[in-house]
Amino acid sequence: MSKYLIIGNSAGGIGAAEAIREVDKVGAITIVSDEPYPAYSRPLISEYLCGERNLEGMLYRPSDMYSRNHIETHLGKKVTKLHLESKQVELETGEKLNWEKLLLATGGTPIVPAMEGMGKRGIFTFTALDDAKAIEKLKGQARRVVVIGGGLIGMSVTEALVKLGLEVSVVELVDRVLSAILDEPASRLVEAALKSAGVKLFTGKTVKKILGRGSNEEVVGGVELSDGQKLDCDLVIVAIGVSPRTQLAKDTAIKLNRGIVVDNYMSTNSPGVYACGDVAEAYDYIYGAYRLTPIWPNAYMGGRVAGYNMAGKVTEYQGGTNANSLKYFGLPIVTAGMVNLPSKDGYEIISSADGNIYKKIVIKDDRIMGIVFMGDIQRSGVIFGLMREGVKVTSFKDNLLSENFGISCFPDEMRKNKLQRQGGK
Amino acid sequence: MKRIYPREEVCIACRLCEVHCLVAHSKSKDIIKAYKRETPRALPRIRMEAKGAVSFAVSCRHCDEPSCVHACLTGAMKKDPVTGIVTVDTEKCVGCWTCVLFCQYGAINPDIERGVATKCDLCPHLKEPACVTNCPNEALLLIEEPSHV
Repeated sequence: MSKYLIIGNSAGGIGAAEAIREVDKVGAITIVSDEPYPAYSRPLISEYLCGERNLEGMLYRPSDMYSRNHIETHLGKKVTKLHLESKQVELETGEKLNWEKLLLATGGTPIVPAMEGMGKRGIFTFTALDDAKAIEKLKGQARRVVVIGGGLIGMSVTEALVKLGLEVSVVELVDRVLSAILDEPASRLVEAALKSAGVKLFTGKTVKKILGRGSNEEVVGGVELSDGQKLDCDLVIVAIGVSPRTQLAKDTAIKLNRGIVVDNYMSTNSPGVYACGDVAEAYDYIYGAYRLTPIWPNAYMGGRVAGYNMAGKVTEYQGGTNANSLKYFGLPIVTAGMVNLPSKDGYEIISSADGNIYKKIVIKDDRIMGIVFMGDIQRSGVIFGLMREGVKVTSFKDNLLSENFGISCFPDEMRKNKLQRQGGK
Repeated sequence: MKRIYPREEVCIACRLCEVHCLVAHSKSKDIIKAYKRETPRALPRIRMEAKGAVSFAVSCRHCDEPSCVHACLTGAMKKDPVTGIVTVDTEKCVGCWTCVLFCQYGAINPDIERGVATKCDLCPHLKEPACVTNCPNEALLLIEEPSHV
């Protein structure tokens, strides 16, 4: 009997386990994951693929973390069924585990569209270490790769493949890359960086079907785009996005929307059952709504809140919004919140551009709603802090984009409070 | 734990805190060598801010709930459960700058050349942090606070 059962061994699950141990030193914690590895930094799978890091260099926590915290693990085992009434899960091995408090930190699952030719050999997704390992095995035999999707996953695998010396073509449905997290000028700067690295871009197009190789139809030989154009390739990486991995919660009493619905305590509607990370729809303070914000930091922070509440220390999630720091092809970019506006009404944009430096801040009702900083990101933390705290910035907004923006630009009272605030925050 | 607090009413914006921080985190610990001979040069982990008549220096607050640690993608950023000091493991850091985005004090300095984050470590090799010792005007105070860790 486990007091705390955590399904998922990534940022959310670890965040919860660490928080539980801060509060409850002895209650039995069990972590189950279908991945056979100790918790690793998922964003680093691109560095693994291009040979810059091995598994040891990717470990998210020291290898003795589980034993030191008395955490029992079932790694490489898939949970197949959830019984809420009897508080029990079934593993594919036939084992059964019971819980008092359960956390679903199951993450996301890559979206693979139904498409002609999808069964051929040489097609991969790119969200887990095993994906990187599978691609790595074939890298010696491959010369050309088509990446379907120009989002975060697509960009990250593209960079790794370019470092390996492969010819990469990116096919993106929308008319620009990273359209979900960047505005148009920023997307164009990334596209310029991609092109100068030799990447071919096919935007506003989709892959209609995956073609076989003349000599062997079972193996990938190319793709055909929506406009009829054909691209030869040896590998296809499907990087369209991820969807919340809600399978276990389906057909149970747990309330689902696109993801698992949670409250500000990361609790589902089912007593004693919590969810966090990419699978959960938690509070987004910019949109004022419960929605998916599938980023690593929010998974950890949400997991931490879930863990405290599971262990009886009532803790409220402060909310999280999409926020990313990227460095594709050497170009530093940070982006957070609402970057593409739903309408022009009531939004004010301040921006500046100078060569490879681009900054934009979106303001509504005196408050910062979104930021994009490229090239020069050093002061972005102070701005993102104002955004998270919902500070009214109208009185000093003219300074927000200055190279030396900082706490010195705050109004007197606010500055003094910030500098003298105990304990940081 | 101990924290460094700036006193803006006596700061004269001389930037000696930055200079001595850089030297304290250099290889040679020698001011001339640190600036002239070491490449890449060490970076200061404290930053003097000035606007109009107001100036003060900001460094890491070693927050009780450190966003940089929680947001870190690789586990490089850590808060010591005993001392409360937040440090970055430069072997694990990949220079993604997520911590830079999540630090609301702007206290993490991206070392672009080395590709790692740098930040105040409270100078564990010294009796007290070099910025505090060398501030000519006592504009940086090291204050012991009850720890909430």
